[in-house]
Amino acid sequence: MSDMQDYKSSLSNTASRKFETFSYLPTMDAAQIRKQIEYIVSKGWNPGIEHCEPENAFQNYWYMWKLPMFGETDVDAILAECEACHKAHPANHVRLLGFDNYAQSAGASMVIYRGKAV
Amino acid sequence: MAKKYDAGVKEYRETYWMPDYTPKETDILACFKITPQPGVPREEVAAAVAAESSTGTWTTVWTDLLTDLDYYKGRAYAIEDVPGDDTCFYAFVAYPIDLFEEGSVVNVLTSLVGNVFGFKALRALRLEDIRFPVAYVMTCNGPPQGIQVERDIMNKYGRPLLGCTIKPKLGLSAKNYGRACYEGLRGGLDFTKDDENVNSQPFMRWKHRFDFVMEAIHKAEQETGERKGHYLNVTAPTSDEMMRRAEYAKEIGAPIIMHDYLTGGLSANTQLAQWCQRNGMLLHIHRAMHAVLDRNPHHGIHFRVLTKILRLSGGDHLHSGTVVGKLEGDRDATLGWIDIMRDSFIKEDRSRGIFFDQDWGSMPGVIPVASGGIHVWHMPALVSIFGDDSVLQFGGGTLGHPWGNAAGAAANRVAVEACVEARNQGRELEKEGKDILTNAAKHSPELKAAMETWKEIKFEFDTVDKLDVSHK
Repeated sequence: MSDMQDYKSSLSNTASRKFETFSYLPTMDAAQIRKQIEYIVSKGWNPGIEHCEPENAFQNYWYMWKLPMFGETDVDAILAECEACHKAHPANHVRLLGFDNYAQSAGASMVIYRGKAV
Repeated sequence: MAKKYDAGVKEYRETYWMPDYTPKETDILACFKITPQPGVPREEVAAAVAAESSTGTWTTVWTDLLTDLDYYKGRAYAIEDVPGDDTCFYAFVAYPIDLFEEGSVVNVLTSLVGNVFGFKALRALRLEDIRFPVAYVMTCNGPPQGIQVERDIMNKYGRPLLGCTIKPKLGLSAKNYGRACYEGLRGGLDFTKDDENVNSQPFMRWKHRFDFVMEAIHKAEQETGERKGHYLNVTAPTSDEMMRRAEYAKEIGAPIIMHDYLTGGLSANTQLAQWCQRNGMLLHIHRAMHAVLDRNPHHGIHFRVLTKILRLSGGDHLHSGTVVGKLEGDRDATLGWIDIMRDSFIKEDRSRGIFFDQDWGSMPGVIPVASGGIHVWHMPALVSIFGDDSVLQFGGGTLGHPWGNAAGAAANRVAVEACVEARNQGRELEKEGKDILTNAAKHSPELKAAMETWKEIKFEFDTVDKLDVSHK
């Protein structure tokens, strides 16, 4: 039993709270975020940014940061908006989406800045 | 000019072999693989299959002349060699849409795979494919919710969903069973699943199972902050009882239920799917008995037909085979029926065993479920083969983790996310799979332990591919 690890997750341990795709991986660095933005652009999806207080993250509707960036393909411009949203809401989760208007669904959705878990 | 009644036996081909016929857009088309008795001409056998699966019987009857049989009859319109097999041939038959009740796959199958399969002039018969005209598709209800709606309900985007079938498949008490579910869900799975054999046995009656599993879902949701589900199997001895279980699942707030569409029956399945659509429930479909029907290359019903039948009857998930797991399937053929599940238009492509264009109109898609003998080492190949719109369904590959289900689930989740991230970065999963997983395991002791438990598998799937079109 000695080399068996306990699975540290509980209602009272706020570090147990996850937020869907990529939340089981370490926080992405700037280069990794850039790669994901490039992927969204390469698929022809419309990038969008949303943010939310961590305690309300279970809800469907997070706060939109401006409008989805329809037709935007400049990775630096998209990255700048992600950073601006994070700067304005440093305690919130910030997620990057790629809206696929043909499927009427998000083709990609990932939290790129993590708020303080509650 | 009216016809005269002429009693007696006519050759089928006089009436049902029509090589000059051009199928109409509204015809239902079928491709049969026919193995005839020796000495019977191909045209005669093909015509016999067309006759016996539509209007014909063995002799002329006077009541034939009270209707316009030339309109209602099935027409054998083409014959082709089967590549690599001289014992059989393909016959193509067109049926006028009037022959089938609207919205009834039951009726279509009763004709197309009915008496004709026992016909003496045949040694064997296989229904390879059906083209459902969009006019017929639109009379069927189809999947209750469809892929996009499921993503919205479950809040899962940009990655395959993860599931786990609870084992041992029989014998656990309801409370112990709920424990196994809870552990898997808190570790990072999206779904756990009743094994198909789990209905309502003496050791675990359905209602107790539903109650304990719902507590597992609620607690795992609170703990992880993510949405969770469990496929509650409502397959039952009667459709009344099936509906009773479905109603209770809805009452306690379950997002998804499950049905076995072949053993449970297509009538029951269609009824349940329509109820799910009215009630906002997701429907997971298991396929017990399919291999009885689809495994013999000369006789039965190909799985691509069973796939189309399910999409019309209704289901949001359908087991598809994994290509890579313990139940190895032909990769190209599997990719073919995965497209049949998900896409809105599928082009004829013999290299993937698809005999007809298939237009699904506005009917939603079904999510393929890859299940059977898979573990973390398969993850790169699974993500590459199945893409995002899939459920990767583990069993022993989660529950067999040396530290238990939660750690096993976390290993699965870290592996799938690492693969998706790498794929998005443009990396080749099947070549770089080992690096990707090894790197991800640096941050996940659960994944590291899983990789040590299950042996590394090679990512060279091209060498084991078998093309169905050559029917070796």
